[in-house]
Amino acid sequence: MTETKKTSKGISRRALLKTASAAAGLAAGSGAITGFPTIWAQSKITIRQFGTGVSNLNAIAEKCKADLGITLEMTATDSDAAAQRAVTQPNSYDIADIEYWILKKVYPAGVIQPMDVKKLKYYDKVVPLFKNGKLKPDSVIAQGTAPHTVGFVEKASDKKFAKEETQWFTMMPTIYNADTLGIRPDLVGREISTWADIMDPKFKGKTSILNIPSIGIMDAAMIMEAMGNMKYADKGNMTKAEIDKTIDFLIKAKQAGQFRAFWKSFDESVNLMSSGEVVIQSMWSPAVAAVRSQGIACKYQPLKEGYRSWGGGLGLASHLKGAQLDAAYEYINWYTSGWVGAYLNRQGYYSAAMDTAKEHMSADEWGYWIEGKPAQGDIVAPDGKVMEKAGAVRDGGSFEERMGHVACWNSVMDEDRYMVRRWNEFIAA
Amino acid sequence: MATITSSEPVKGQAIKAKRFHLLPASISYLQATPLTLILGGFLLLPVLMITVVSFWDYDFAQMYPDFVTFNYTETLGSWVTWKTYLNTLKYAFMVWVITLFVGFWVAYFLAFHIRTSAMQMVLFLVCTVPFLTSNIIRMISWIPVLGRNGLVNSTLISSRLISEPIEWLLYSDFAVVLAMVHLYTLFMVTPIFNTLMRVDKSLVEAARDAGASSWQILTNVILPLAKPGMAIGTIFVVTLVMADFSTVQVMSGGQSASVALMMKNQMSLLQYPAAAANAVVLLVLVLLMVAGILRIVDIRKEL
Repeated sequence: MTETKKTSKGISRRALLKTASAAAGLAAGSGAITGFPTIWAQSKITIRQFGTGVSNLNAIAEKCKADLGITLEMTATDSDAAAQRAVTQPNSYDIADIEYWILKKVYPAGVIQPMDVKKLKYYDKVVPLFKNGKLKPDSVIAQGTAPHTVGFVEKASDKKFAKEETQWFTMMPTIYNADTLGIRPDLVGREISTWADIMDPKFKGKTSILNIPSIGIMDAAMIMEAMGNMKYADKGNMTKAEIDKTIDFLIKAKQAGQFRAFWKSFDESVNLMSSGEVVIQSMWSPAVAAVRSQGIACKYQPLKEGYRSWGGGLGLASHLKGAQLDAAYEYINWYTSGWVGAYLNRQGYYSAAMDTAKEHMSADEWGYWIEGKPAQGDIVAPDGKVMEKAGAVRDGGSFEERMGHVACWNSVMDEDRYMVRRWNEFIAA
Repeated sequence: MATITSSEPVKGQAIKAKRFHLLPASISYLQATPLTLILGGFLLLPVLMITVVSFWDYDFAQMYPDFVTFNYTETLGSWVTWKTYLNTLKYAFMVWVITLFVGFWVAYFLAFHIRTSAMQMVLFLVCTVPFLTSNIIRMISWIPVLGRNGLVNSTLISSRLISEPIEWLLYSDFAVVLAMVHLYTLFMVTPIFNTLMRVDKSLVEAARDAGASSWQILTNVILPLAKPGMAIGTIFVVTLVMADFSTVQVMSGGQSASVALMMKNQMSLLQYPAAAANAVVLLVLVLLMVAGILRIVDIRKEL
């Protein structure tokens, strides 16, 4: 009796949790648990995920809890803050949900550990865009930080990215999209077909671009090229001279009163558009949907120069090991198993494992969102709101049509610091 | 105090008491200790750290302890900094003039035209009611009012006073100053009201008996006596405006820069040393401004 008492006194809560998770890890590691999904609830595993707001959705956390028993703690930040947090607080998260250009910045700091593709159940289903940069075998690789250029490393301990596909995957791609300009078709009063249209004197004081330097500069570059002002060797990695020329052009446009505002967050872009302050601006696709859901006409206008694209994925924090690492892998495998992919597709983003997502979507949804076909019935958003009436066709058309016309990817430049300094001058000018 | 009592010489405990005996000087030190600790830990130390960091080197991810001065030369050598400081000072000046004018008259009305002190307090509390909501909300609620299709413009257009919406109402310097005046006027009202409440009414009566006009009473009696309150209000408003970043960003639509916004941009890009250097420059500037104000007005008169 006395002995039992002593032991129970000796075990602290921490030790108990440790033992429990170690036991779970042992069970998972030894293959004792093979069924899917494993019920992690028994060991009360929590995964802390942070990242840009786009995919930090509560619905995903709820579904994850229901399917896996893993509690997902999510923190949404903007992209600058995400990069910062990834590097400066590597122990504050287990999963980094970040974009590829952020990964390029933070990976060399050693805060993300690469994944073994053998442990990724749906690695084979990942679209080739993330493996070799080509959507179809004959596609042209776009400029900028294309995901495949930072997608692999040679060895688990490498800090340098590999040139081609290897066994070590830096991030599991989850979400991506092709961005273009949003317009108010009722207010622009003419056809919009090129990035250069945003500089039309007719729209003076009614345009906006986003004030996130690394993305804003790309939009500016698309505009510059479309206007025929200059040709970049690589829009995603400009030289100092190219940066100077681009910023000088922006400053001139700003001082001439071309812009109404510069937006930094999603809601700002929605408000600018829905209030009519702005009729043409850089925009993200859910923002277009948000404006439309207010009953205001808004179009995500495809442009002849192509799209500026971005992609994000899930990265494993370096500190993960043992049971926690296994749980993280399981979470990532669950994430790519279809339900989340379908959810993201229905929001107008794209899932990286398209085949798995298809199984969770109706034929009509798949036709509308991915194949660019007219909707047969009403298209309903994940929250149950009707987004589009029957007969609607997605702006820009099919997945292949949109992702096949990517001109450049969001990126981080070698002259990043110089570019940011010049961008600040543009904002202050 | 307890120390003194316990050190009262009791013969039998003379030796023991001696051990507890403290010099009068050390008692003062002891009394000053709590405040020293708080100010040292929460003010002096952080400022010191910021100063130290401002001499460090950095890249996008990390800071490297070092002694480099390029954070300062880059900051002070760029026209952006100067333009931004000028812009911030411009905002500070405009907001100061308007809040001083409005604040003084509100306080004056409360102090001299409301008869009962109960009513004075009620009206003063009414002034503070907007402060029960958050700063951000009060600021953002201007946007639907001032916008191109906002309340003001649609009212003016439907009453046929103008045909085209006025563009400069929102996302302009006007919008920034308007929002700041709205946010900060109370910081001017309160200290001035406080000073005016202490003005001896017999001084006003004496001035009137001596044949002074209302205007002369105002300029020769009340205004000089209100100076300490005005100085304190000025310190509040100027420091608040100099350190503001959210109002400038939201109300100018990202088109204008302020010093704090510049720092925030640098910090969000992990350029902490550059931001620290900026902070030190701003701190020196604001301290100089406060010193200037204190030289002109003796605020201790109020205390």
